Amino acid sequence: MSDKIQTIENLSIGFKSQNGREVSILKDISTHINKGETVGIVGESGSGKSTLALAMMGYTKQGLYTISGQCLFKSKNLLNMTDRDLEKIRGKEIAMIPQNAGQSLTPNLKIGYQIEETLKLHSTINTKDRQLKITELLYKVRLPSPNIMAQRYPHELSGGQQQRVAIAMALAGSPKLLLLDEPTTGLDVTTQAHVLELLNEIAKDTDTSMVYVSHDLGAIAQVSDRVIVMYAGEIVLDGDVREVLSSPLHPYAYGLLNSIPKLSLPGLPEAMPGTPPQLEQNIKGCCFFERCEFATDKCKNSKPELFIPKNKKMKVRCFWHSKLSDKQYKPNYDTHSANKTKKLDEVLKLDKVSITYTKQSILDQLLNRFSEKNITVKDIEIEVNKGETIALVGESGSGKSTILKSIAGLLNTKNGAINFKKNITLSSDVRNRTNSQLRAIQLIFQNPDESLNPSHTVQEILSQPLKLYFQLSGDKLEEKIIDLLKKVRLTESYLYRFPRQLSGGEKQRIAVARAFAAKPDIILCDEVTSALDVSVQAAVLKLLQDLKNDMGTTYIFVSHDLAVVRAISDKVAVLYQGRLCEFGPSSEVYKFPSHPYTEVLLGAVLEPDPDLKPVLTAEDRVEESPPEIGCSFQSRCPRVLGKKCFTETPPWQISKNGNAIRCHIKIENLFKQQTSEN
Amino acid sequence: MVNQNQISKLKRLSEIIISIFSRPSGMIGFSIVILHIIIAIISPLIVPYDYKEINSLIMLRPPSEEFIFGTDQLGRDVFTRTLMGGRVALLVTFFGTLIAVAWGGFVGIFCGLVGGKIDDIVMRIIDAFLAIPWILAMLLIVVILGTSTEVLIPALGFFYGKGIVRVARAATHDVIARDFIMAAKARGHSNFSIIWNELLPNVRDAVMVEGAMRWSWMLLAFSSLSFLGFGVSPPTPDWGLMISEGRGLMSFAYWSVIAPIVALSSLIIGINLSADAFAKALGIDRTQKAPV
Amino acid sequence: MFLLILKRLGLGFITIFLVSVIIFTGVEVLPGDACTAYLEREAKGELLEICREQLGLNTPAIERYLSWSYNALYGDLGYSLSGEKPINEIISVRVRNSLILAVTAILIGIPLAIILGIVTALWRDKFPDIFISTFAIFSMTIPEFISATILILVVAIWLNWLPGIVIVSSNSTVLELLPNIILPVIAISMVMTAHMLRMVRSNIIQVMSSDYVQMAKLKGVPYWKMVFIHVLPNGLLPAINIIALTIAWLLGGVVVTEVVFNYPGLGRLVIESISDRDLPVVQALALILALIYVGVNLIADLLTLVVNPRLRTLQVRK
Repeated sequence: MSDKIQTIENLSIGFKSQNGREVSILKDISTHINKGETVGIVGESGSGKSTLALAMMGYTKQGLYTISGQCLFKSKNLLNMTDRDLEKIRGKEIAMIPQNAGQSLTPNLKIGYQIEETLKLHSTINTKDRQLKITELLYKVRLPSPNIMAQRYPHELSGGQQQRVAIAMALAGSPKLLLLDEPTTGLDVTTQAHVLELLNEIAKDTDTSMVYVSHDLGAIAQVSDRVIVMYAGEIVLDGDVREVLSSPLHPYAYGLLNSIPKLSLPGLPEAMPGTPPQLEQNIKGCCFFERCEFATDKCKNSKPELFIPKNKKMKVRCFWHSKLSDKQYKPNYDTHSANKTKKLDEVLKLDKVSITYTKQSILDQLLNRFSEKNITVKDIEIEVNKGETIALVGESGSGKSTILKSIAGLLNTKNGAINFKKNITLSSDVRNRTNSQLRAIQLIFQNPDESLNPSHTVQEILSQPLKLYFQLSGDKLEEKIIDLLKKVRLTESYLYRFPRQLSGGEKQRIAVARAFAAKPDIILCDEVTSALDVSVQAAVLKLLQDLKNDMGTTYIFVSHDLAVVRAISDKVAVLYQGRLCEFGPSSEVYKFPSHPYTEVLLGAVLEPDPDLKPVLTAEDRVEESPPEIGCSFQSRCPRVLGKKCFTETPPWQISKNGNAIRCHIKIENLFKQQTSEN
Repeated sequence: MVNQNQISKLKRLSEIIISIFSRPSGMIGFSIVILHIIIAIISPLIVPYDYKEINSLIMLRPPSEEFIFGTDQLGRDVFTRTLMGGRVALLVTFFGTLIAVAWGGFVGIFCGLVGGKIDDIVMRIIDAFLAIPWILAMLLIVVILGTSTEVLIPALGFFYGKGIVRVARAATHDVIARDFIMAAKARGHSNFSIIWNELLPNVRDAVMVEGAMRWSWMLLAFSSLSFLGFGVSPPTPDWGLMISEGRGLMSFAYWSVIAPIVALSSLIIGINLSADAFAKALGIDRTQKAPV
Repeated sequence: MFLLILKRLGLGFITIFLVSVIIFTGVEVLPGDACTAYLEREAKGELLEICREQLGLNTPAIERYLSWSYNALYGDLGYSLSGEKPINEIISVRVRNSLILAVTAILIGIPLAIILGIVTALWRDKFPDIFISTFAIFSMTIPEFISATILILVVAIWLNWLPGIVIVSSNSTVLELLPNIILPVIAISMVMTAHMLRMVRSNIIQVMSSDYVQMAKLKGVPYWKMVFIHVLPNGLLPAINIIALTIAWLLGGVVVTEVVFNYPGLGRLVIESISDRDLPVVQALALILALIYVGVNLIADLLTLVVNPRLRTLQVRK
């Protein structure tokens, strides 16, 4: 390994806290990037991975400074270079692809100009050649009609397109090293898979080294040759991607991998106990000590060094890695749907529900922000039985949250009926529902920061449903609240805290407790885990599952994450552009995805296994609104039959496995086509 | 039984207060304002002379041991008049601010909630009021209705409430877009309960900070009126009036204007610094807004 | 785009209309009318009747409003009671005088505010920022009549550099006026600059911490190039509207400043007409000042529309 493009030696970066103490975000990082290699850096929020990536460009965010160590690029330390020298390296030798491309493109400058700027700064080619080069770059990142694109402003592009522009901008300087900071986070599943494929191709074609920073092991597995696992500002594991992902020798990496829900393994992932240490905490020993099952006094008092165990292609920072290699990576999964009851007791039925509304708030009108996207949902038919978990999946714009809101009575339905327990038709306006109907349906939101009132204490938050539905007060109320806290695995000490004094996972537990306070029949979960870190997500999913088993609650679960849905749901409804494509038992839908869209969607899922590559069949495109007539998936479908698809609404078909699909192609033929391709 | 929720809230309040006083601006600002309020309350008891006693023998005396800030053109003690000169101003603007916050907050939240046509119409009218310079409107009212405190308090309160309407409305819009409001709606709480429990605690901060700001502008308006001769009538001591009276003789008796200038400026700056520190402690960025 | 401009114009027109209604009803609702106000309470019946007859006060309020606004629309603002001249004649020369003052203050204030705002933002928390920002807080919060008084005391009386009080008649020529406007302009632009520079500063600081500025740095864009191409256009854009509002708000301050310096502009006319209880003039003045307010804001809106690609292109796509 002689061809190192960048070497990081004993790097520590930190800030001065309010009481004047030095707090480090990165602690004694030493590693290197080889020529032509793609290194994935994985870690949860607060692990310091983005700070490390920025340091590799000689950049530290405001307030941060280098405590010790260096970043060597071409044997020069980037961290003590003058701005003038750095300007020559940034964008030319080392380029960055940022996390949120939408906010990283200057809003008042055209796409073409922003790419040209890099070219002007870092090359000597003339104006005419520059224009050609811009077109070439935009073509390379597969943006449609590059010449028109160059004349556009950033806000006129979709999220996926903005990300591609950011890639083109980074490539403009033909860098030797490309840093990617969560480049696909926030993109739709299929878009993400396409962007990753593009990155892989670039890595292959140009022999550029890449550093790919992400919280998503699935994405890392697809692009990296080597993985660095970070925890609390330290590197805990550094090694070959295949080996790390098949037998991680650090307990944190092991736990992290286990907490990821996977398509290939049904059932709930295993949660990791505890939370990462606070930044200000002074840790003498191993940083993972508090959460580790193997921890001893030795771990508490002395810090393990990074070293290479025998016959391994990875560096590990753990005294007890051999215990892990003995343990082998053998996932310990619950199988949740074991207690499937045969008795079908319908609690909710959506009968041809259609919703139309224009998403334009007063604020938007005032500020002249025109969001003309009509979110429409049409003819949704779903039956939900008691004790089931029904998942609604789809990409952005699929209408999954819209359906959830209309069940809650927050959006008026245009047509159709929502039937509760067979004989009660729920009003589509929450104000016209009776108290017991209201109590029966509760909602949990995506982001607990938004869904918990910041000026209320936990006690007040939890007492609201109890007072409203059961008129509890005094000691009874207090008792019940403490009981609820216990149910969500929190202690009494949380009673009088404000939401801002809780961690993300704790906040979401409070939100769960608030929903369960009503003793509801149905709980609507709107992307409840997407704002959480993976290890926290696993714990919340486990909690939801346990509560359901105890109380027999029914969940309607909305998510864009197909693996999470696989882990928790009994039945899945796949939505595209507000239309139902496929509905059936999850085991069947995931095993035999029949509808072409389900197939495309599942094919794009990234698994934390470098040998399971996503299958990309459909074109990656964002549709503004569903087509007027015909099949909703007509313009992207890889299996279009012919004219019928564009003019007639496809009929429902039911396969022998029990999943219903809406497609013109005969279901048997769909299976045949799929198997013949494999 | 002591309510634990109250204790948590008091703790939060004390955190805010500590954070206000840990900033130099907050510390200085609040000290100035508190000092002014104390002086306004106790000044009749501590002043050395009668504020309205005219004595032609001691006209325009420079500062001396006997009259530490000198005397004015009518032989009145400037020190006495300066100490007492903020009483009416503080009284009028304080209650004016309360009125402004009350009606402005109410209308703002109401408009933010109902939206639609009513909101449009009210906001148009507010815009129209903004287009009339405050000084013109105030002068007109004062000339026709007189300059008593019963006129000034509601008049200033009304005129300075319209800015609060905008702030309260914007804050309401921000809050109602958040999920916890939707959560309360979905649970089926009554509108009143949602407004009282969920909305108000979160709009309150913004309105209070704005109110503090309005107070300083109202003080500015009030003393400007006095200065122009449309405010407090003589012989009641008032800073604006004192500056206006002493101005003509400034070339040889500067002392009669310096004291009220320092007093008034320090109070206005004090309120401003306090409001800024208050806003920062609550995490509200005020500098983005225009002073309307 | 064209529609949007029309919409803005329409809104401005509605505001003006509402202002005229408010002013008219305000004068109407307050006890007494133009004649009782002007002739004082002790006015004899006969004199009052003559005055009312002259002003047409005996016709219904709506009729009077319609004829007043109709005439105002055609530029006829009525007849002054005290000056016994057409209001247009009195006001036009005052408008000119005030415009000289205001425009000079704006021409000095805006560039100064922008430059100082940029300086304070780029050198945030360093010496120039602390110095300028502290000064700005003082000049922003201290009432105009105080800063004007201090200016006169220091510059005119103690240093004896400039005349303190303007002693020219309202009809003097521009050249006669010019030497007298220095102190009033300083007094006005000090407050205005302070307000605007604080807003410019906070806008630019916000942009400096944005993702796209970080990206520009990571692209290797040199500092000053980054400031001029990536930071300033985005940082100054939202300032346009705020600057407009500030200018409009300061109209009230201009009134006071003019009185302090005895400057023969609109502001002093406001005080004079109110002292004389010359309600027709007051009405006319309110209308003109509101017109200026709406006009300034309209210009700012249109300017934003022209410069901001977001607003522009969204319209094109529509």
